[in-house]
Amino acid sequence: MLMPEPDAGVIARRAEIIAELKRIVPGDGVIAEQEALRAYECDGLTAYHQLPLIVVLPETTEQISRLLRYCKAQGVKIVPRGAGTSLSGGALPLADAITVGLGKFNRILDVDYANRCVTAQPGVTNLAISQAVEGDGFYYAPDPSSQIACTIGGNVAENSGGVHCLKYGLTTNNLLGVELVLMDGEIIRLGGKHLDAGGYDLMGIVTGSEGLLGVITEVCVRILPKPPTARALLIGFPSSAAAGDCVGAIIAAGIIPGGMEMMDRPAIRACEDFVHAGYPLDVEALLIVELDGPEVEVDFLVARAEALARSAGAVSVRVSEGEEQRLLFWSGRKAAFGAVGRISPDYFCMDGTIPRHKLPEVLGRVAELSRDYGLAVANVFHAGDGNLHPLILYDSNVPGELEAAEEFGAEILKLCVDVGGVLTGEHGVGVEKRDLMGTMFSEQDLNQQQRVKCAFDPTQLLNPGKVFPTLHRCAELGRVHIHQGENRFPDLPRF
Amino acid sequence: MVAQISVPVDEDAVRDIVETCLANETALEIMGAGTRRLLGRPVAAEQILTIRALSGITLYEPAELVLQAHAGTLLSHVRAALEEHNQQLAFEPPDWGPLLGGPADAATIGGVMAGNLAGPRRFRAGAARDHLLGARFVSGRAEVIKTGGRVVKNVTGYDLCKLLTGSYGTLGVLTEVTLKVLPAPDKTRTVLVFGLDAQTAQTAMASALNSPHDISGAAYLPEAIAGRSGVGYVADAGKSATAFRLEGPEPSVLARCAAVRALLAGQGIAEELHYHNSLRFWDEVGNVAPFADGTDAPVWRVSLPPAEMARVMAAIGARGLSENFADWGGGLIWIRVGDDTEDAPEDACAAVIRGAIAACGGHATLIRAPAAIRSRVPVFQPAPPGLSALSARVKHGFDPHHILNRGRMVEGA
Repeated sequence: MLMPEPDAGVIARRAEIIAELKRIVPGDGVIAEQEALRAYECDGLTAYHQLPLIVVLPETTEQISRLLRYCKAQGVKIVPRGAGTSLSGGALPLADAITVGLGKFNRILDVDYANRCVTAQPGVTNLAISQAVEGDGFYYAPDPSSQIACTIGGNVAENSGGVHCLKYGLTTNNLLGVELVLMDGEIIRLGGKHLDAGGYDLMGIVTGSEGLLGVITEVCVRILPKPPTARALLIGFPSSAAAGDCVGAIIAAGIIPGGMEMMDRPAIRACEDFVHAGYPLDVEALLIVELDGPEVEVDFLVARAEALARSAGAVSVRVSEGEEQRLLFWSGRKAAFGAVGRISPDYFCMDGTIPRHKLPEVLGRVAELSRDYGLAVANVFHAGDGNLHPLILYDSNVPGELEAAEEFGAEILKLCVDVGGVLTGEHGVGVEKRDLMGTMFSEQDLNQQQRVKCAFDPTQLLNPGKVFPTLHRCAELGRVHIHQGENRFPDLPRF
Repeated sequence: MVAQISVPVDEDAVRDIVETCLANETALEIMGAGTRRLLGRPVAAEQILTIRALSGITLYEPAELVLQAHAGTLLSHVRAALEEHNQQLAFEPPDWGPLLGGPADAATIGGVMAGNLAGPRRFRAGAARDHLLGARFVSGRAEVIKTGGRVVKNVTGYDLCKLLTGSYGTLGVLTEVTLKVLPAPDKTRTVLVFGLDAQTAQTAMASALNSPHDISGAAYLPEAIAGRSGVGYVADAGKSATAFRLEGPEPSVLARCAAVRALLAGQGIAEELHYHNSLRFWDEVGNVAPFADGTDAPVWRVSLPPAEMARVMAAIGARGLSENFADWGGGLIWIRVGDDTEDAPEDACAAVIRGAIAACGGHATLIRAPAAIRSRVPVFQPAPPGLSALSARVKHGFDPHHILNRGRMVEGA
C-alpha cells in the first residue's frame, strides 16, 4: 500500500513539535516514546502498520482547536483516531503525522428524554450510549459488530451500520448534531436537537467522511424506545439461491425485519464448531430473520415469515422461544469473525454491497476465485441490505499469501461493482479500498468529492492518503474547464 | 424581462446549456415543474432550465427496495408505480403546490429531492435526504457527476447526495435520482385527543413518542386550525386536536391504538380516524392545507427541539399577529403571519420567530411570502459567520461562477 511520501522536514522538527504539543496539552497527553507509540501503529486492518510521528490525547475542544491551528501553520499532518477499530485503515498512522486520539473525550454530556436524544463526547463507545438509556427503555439503534469498543465519533466518521440498519438506518439517519474542529482551528456546530439543516446539509457530508474534513468533538444522536419484543427465526436452505429468494419474498410481502443475516456452509461450520449455537450443518445457507416490535405484531409477522420460508424451499425452520434462545441463534453469527480467526492464522474481511438478486452469481464467482487463488472463503451476508462480507483465509507467514489475499479481495470488490453494487457497505474506503475507487467513480466524480474536502481542509493536512487514490492540489481542482463554450446553441435543436 | 425557458430532453443537453451559461457567466434558474418556484429568494436569471422533459422511471425492483428515475419524472407517476407493489416513499413528500398558489400533484421527483421535502413521518422515517441512494447531476462547472449507488448500504466516497438534497438547485442540476423505497403499511389509524392546550399537547405527544407503540405521526392543531379540516371528526369537534398515527399490520395497529388510548386516558375526549379519514388528515398536515388559503401572506416553517414547542408557540403567538400548528411531535411548527399589513412588521415576524428559537437551536424558513419580503428577509436560516463561510466554499466547489439559481438561498451566491 503506497502512502504519501513522508515530509522529512517535519520529521526533522519532531523534538520541537513535541515541545509545543506539551504546551498545548499539558500533563501526560503527549506520547512520544517508541514503545508507547506502538499501541497506535495500526487499527482494525492489522495487515498495515506504521508508527505515528507523535500521539496526542487532548482533553478539551479548545486544545484540539489550538493543536490544529498550530499544525496548519507548521504544515504538520493529522490522523484522527477513536478506538482504532476501523477495518479499512481509516486510522492508520503516517510517519510524519500526529495521531490525535479522542480517548479522553469519554463522557456522556446529556440524556434528554423529552427530545429523545443523547449528547456525548466522541470517545464514548457505541454500546455505552445504549447502556446509558436502557434502564429507561431506550436504545441507540446503529449497532456495528464492534459496538463494545468502537466510539460514536468513529461511527460518525465512518457512517457505521450494523445488523439493524435495514429497518433503523445507518449512523447518518440517526444523527442530530455534531461539533467539529476544522483544520484551521475553527469550531463549527452542525445540527442540534432539531431535524434537518436550515442551509446545506453539511452534517450529512461530514458523516462518513473518514476523518478528512474535521475532528469531531461532540455528537448528538437520537434514541428510540426499545421494541417490547424480538423473536428470531433460524432457517436452513439447500442453496444460497433459495435463501436469497426467501429474503426477496419477505420484503416483497411488506415485512422489514429488524435483522436478516445469511451465512454460507463454511461460515456455518466455523461458527457452529466455535459456539455450538445449534446450527444445522447439512444446509448450504442459513438465514437468521429477526422481527421486533409490539408482541402482537411480532407473533403475526413470525407466522408470515415462516410460511414464506417454507414456500421458498426451507429445509429447517426454528423460531426462538424466549430471549435465551434468540440470543443463542445470534451467538454464532455474532462470533463469525472470531470463529474464522480460529480456523485460519489470518483473514481479510471484505465489505462489498450487491443488489441482492445477484447473490448466487457473486457467490459462484467467489467460489471460482477461491479455487484460482488457492485460498478458502467463508461468506456472511447482511441479506436485507445486500452487504456481503467474504472472509478470505490466509497465512501471512506463507510468502506471497498476503499479496494473493489482497488481490483476491480486490477481485471480489470489482465483481461487486460490476453487478451494480459498491466497494464498501459499512467499513469505509480508508487505505484498503482507496486504489479501487476508480472502478466505481470517474476522475470527474472523484474530483467533485475532493472539492468538498478542499472546502473544509484546503491544505489537505487531515488524514491524507485515505479515501482518494490521487490527491489533487485544491488550487488545481478550483480551475474551471470550459470545453465547448459559446459555439453551441443549446436552445435550438434539442427540444 | 421575460426569461427564456429551455427544456432539455437529455443529460447532455442539460450540460450544454450549463456550459453555455458558464462561458457567458450568465445566471440560470433551475426548475422542476415550478411548484415551489416562489419558495426562496427571487432568482434573477435571463434563462430558465426546466428538467421536466427528463422523464421516466429507469429501474424499479420492488424486492430490492430501489427505484431510479429521471429527475423530471412526476412524483405522482412515481407514486402510482410504487402503489402497484404496495410500496411508498416513506418520507411522504408533501405537496406544497396549493400552499404556494399553484396546482396540486404537479411536482417532479427532482424538485422533491432538491428541496429535501419530508412529511409527518419525518421523525420516524427520515426526510428526502435519508432516501436518496444515488444521483447524477450537472454541476455549475458543466460536468456530469455521479454519486452514491443503487444499494441502501454504501459508504463508498463522499455522500454528495446529502448536499444535493436541500440545496434547491444551487449546487447542481439533478438529472437522475435513485431512491430507497419501502413497503406501504397494511393499515393506518389515527387516535385524536380533543381540547388540549399547547403545553398539555406537548406532554401528551412526548409520552406517546417515548412509548414503544411506534407512532408514525404526531401533530397538534389549535382549535381555529382544526376547524378548517376537511375531516368532519376533526372540524366539528370545536376544540383543538392532538393526533397520533399508527401504521402496520392490522392486529398490531388495533392493539397499539388501544394502548395509546389507554396511555392518554383522562387527557381529553378521544376519537379514532380510520383509513380514508386518516390519510386525508395527514395529507392536510403535510401539505399545510390550513394555510393554503389563496393568499401570499407569509408562512414560516420552523424546525426545533420538540420539547420547546409550547414555549415557542407562546412566544410567537403572544403578539396576536400569527396563527400556528405543529407536526413532528412538536419538532415542526407552521406559522402564518396575519394579513393585516397595517400591523404586520416589515420582516414578516422574522426577528420574533428566529429570536424564539435562538436559545434552543433550530431553523426557520420563510416558505411563502410576497417577492418584496423574500428579497429583504433571509428566506433560509442565517448561519453563524464560520458556518456560512464554509457553506460558501462548498458552493464554490460545485458552482464557482454562481450560475445555478443565483441568490436563491443566499444573496449574491
